[in-house]
Amino acid sequence: MSGPVKTITVRYFAMFREHAGLGEETLSLNVATAKDVFEQTRLRHGSKEPNGHCKVAINDEMADWSSSVNDGDTVLLFPPVAGG
Amino acid sequence: MIEVTSAVIDAEKLKRALCNAGAGGFCSFEGWVRNENDGRSVKRLEYEAYEPLVLAEGKKVLAEAQQKFPYLEARCVHRTGLLEIGDMAVWVAVWVGVASAHRDEAFKACRYIIDELKVRLPIWKKEHYSDGDSGWVNCERCAAHGQH
Repeated sequence: MSGPVKTITVRYFAMFREHAGLGEETLSLNVATAKDVFEQTRLRHGSKEPNGHCKVAINDEMADWSSSVNDGDTVLLFPPVAGG
Repeated sequence: MIEVTSAVIDAEKLKRALCNAGAGGFCSFEGWVRNENDGRSVKRLEYEAYEPLVLAEGKKVLAEAQQKFPYLEARCVHRTGLLEIGDMAVWVAVWVGVASAHRDEAFKACRYIIDELKVRLPIWKKEHYSDGDSGWVNCERCAAHGQH
């Protein structure tokens, strides 16, 4: 991965929040996509969750793992959902 | 219309709000809190939702249902917070109601809405077991798979 370091605010929900021990943090990351953010924060917090079951949103819009992230974005990491 | 609430769901009141003179049929689905899952005794459930996207994505689901199974009225309400098992006052975790001209659309739209809600909306369920343990539904098993 290359390119400028971006300031990304990452928000964690449910199990992710419990694993991370916090609901939100702002990080300087060398990332291109939402998946990069997921992988880097997963390493940071030692989560074992594979991204295939999870969902991601960027700036309150549902996104794909391949979606680009830009400097200043807020990335929301959603563990597997279980409504109903 | 979709909403998230920490208040008790009053199914009768919700149904009355969907009354429509053109409706010949009404169908509802209630998701209830259950006292066991995967053989484990469950004492209470805890729901967490990210409301801005539950509302945005829920609105899309209702619009899709309307497109596929044209209905007259539809409403969906999902609880958040702690729900005690066995307390009739807080029995309902999710309520979906659809009124339509004919029954077929009401049945099908109701089914579509609850099915999509369960897999698309950012809502999470934590089970608190009788033995004191707890776990996020759909999460713990995935996490275990990730270790292999």
